[in-house]
Amino acid sequence: MTIAISPKLKKSLTPLRIAALAFVGVIVVAMVFAPILSPYDPLAQDIVNKGLPIFSSGHILGTDELGRDVLSRIMFGARVELFIALGASTAAMILGTYLGIVGGFFGGIAETLTMRLIVDVVLAFPPIILALLAVTIYGPGPVTLIFVMGVLFAPTFARITYGQTISVKREEYVEAARAFGAKTPITLLKIILPNVSAPIIVQFSLTMAQAILLESGLSYLGLGVVPPEPSWGAMVAEGQRFMATNPMGLLVPSTVLVLTILSFGLLGDVLRNYLDPKAGK
Amino acid sequence: MTSFILRRFGLGALLTFLVLTLIFLALRLVPGDPVEMLLSSGNASASPEAIERMRSQLGLTGSLPAQYWNFLTGVLTGDLGNSIRTGDAVTQSIAQRLPRTLELVVFATIVSIGVGIPIGAWAGAKGRFVDTSVTVLTSIGLALPVYVVGTVLIAVFSLTFNIFPAGGFTSWSQDPARHVQMLVLPSLALSLGFTAIIAQMTRSAVLEMKGQDWVRTAKAFGHSPLTVFRRHVLRNSLTPVTTVIGLGFGTLLGSTVLIERVFNYPGMSSLLVDSVSNRDYAVVQGLVITIAMIFILINILVDIVYGILDPRVRQ
Repeated sequence: MTIAISPKLKKSLTPLRIAALAFVGVIVVAMVFAPILSPYDPLAQDIVNKGLPIFSSGHILGTDELGRDVLSRIMFGARVELFIALGASTAAMILGTYLGIVGGFFGGIAETLTMRLIVDVVLAFPPIILALLAVTIYGPGPVTLIFVMGVLFAPTFARITYGQTISVKREEYVEAARAFGAKTPITLLKIILPNVSAPIIVQFSLTMAQAILLESGLSYLGLGVVPPEPSWGAMVAEGQRFMATNPMGLLVPSTVLVLTILSFGLLGDVLRNYLDPKAGK
Repeated sequence: MTSFILRRFGLGALLTFLVLTLIFLALRLVPGDPVEMLLSSGNASASPEAIERMRSQLGLTGSLPAQYWNFLTGVLTGDLGNSIRTGDAVTQSIAQRLPRTLELVVFATIVSIGVGIPIGAWAGAKGRFVDTSVTVLTSIGLALPVYVVGTVLIAVFSLTFNIFPAGGFTSWSQDPARHVQMLVLPSLALSLGFTAIIAQMTRSAVLEMKGQDWVRTAKAFGHSPLTVFRRHVLRNSLTPVTTVIGLGFGTLLGSTVLIERVFNYPGMSSLLVDSVSNRDYAVVQGLVITIAMIFILINILVDIVYGILDPRVRQ
């Protein structure tokens, strides 16, 4: 089977971006098939083989201070990481798009409620600070993280959708649809939404990167994903404690984390070039 | 201009009020009993006396409107309650720790502006290879988590070369030289991402300004390329950059949460992290209020500076 690549998509693919797409693919495969592919149980301790360097036989990425296999932990960490980031980005996208489209289409009081009362208030905090407030009340864990990051990242979606909706709602095809008797929910969902969706999709990819960055930061502080559940942020924190004796324990999770964040950012660039008729000239 | 400034401060006051309301509601809208939730750890449940004591400490007794009134008047008179754990006044702890964190943030901002603007301007002016390298480097800079950068700096500059201390804090009055020395690595780590943002913004602004009519006119008048660039391209490019700097200051304030942990720096953010770990809600709430207010104030100041630089936004 061959995949047809349109010339436009081809033009927006540089070697760096292809590498990024491939990396996202690898991470997603690791996430989905971690229970089958991972060589060991990510929580199984093996004190005899603790602190093995990378490329040891049986442990390609070595073991940590408790003898747990680093590769398995990275793979199961990808599961937690992507699950939270996907959940948070989806929640943010739905909430933000809703706020933006309603605020932009109706204007007036709806605009004040959505864009001023909700969006501006959430943007009045540095994200990590509001996340810490939520963690204090609800305690750490994936559910809290998805919920709070969904709220934190919604304003960007809302602002983008709001701006797009304002310019689209004056278009003749919207007027035509309404003249033909399209009800308001239909107009919003079937006429406006498809026409404002391109930048929202781009923003989704960028939000994935931001969510992974924020989640790993909280897990680094021990306030995100609760140990012993593997998470990249916590692995960096552990690696840091033993970096003088085992620098790889720090380098491996850091590298995976950075590459993942970078790849989702680059994926956003590819999508932007592909979806936006004006970009990339 | 005066009315612009007044209006901006009025909006800021309104926003502050809304933010305070959100923080007030955050604890009270919890399904179930927030105090039980705060005191629960694992399966152990707290004694009824402890719950009652904490309820009154957090101002959760009385009717909701009365609680709200007490909360607002408390914040406005600078009374943020007492720590549940140590009993210290929250305002006092913040007063002691805030200057240290601000010092870090200001230091990092100066570094970021000093490095980011020239790099971005260079990339925008030169184009080609320089531009590509700067674009790639700034993308990487943005993807690096601050705590990873901090750790790498410690590994290189203190564990390997032993030039700077790996962390800690010495007050200015004790030993000024040591004080500055201890600021270097944390502010460098903090500034990397911010430098990347400023460089990217400067670059795209310069690229946009380069094609403007007035630049061509200035060239046609026979001004030297350097003068044209400095006076007509760069100056106009800096206006959008100020907005980014203002917004970035808030992000930087957030990043200190991670940096202070990496460098074991006893600032406001490490107090915040410790209090979150101990679920000391009074302290967390006080700190979140303080940080949000600083952030709002900075945004007002940025808007005013923007208004001074670009008269069109004043209307």
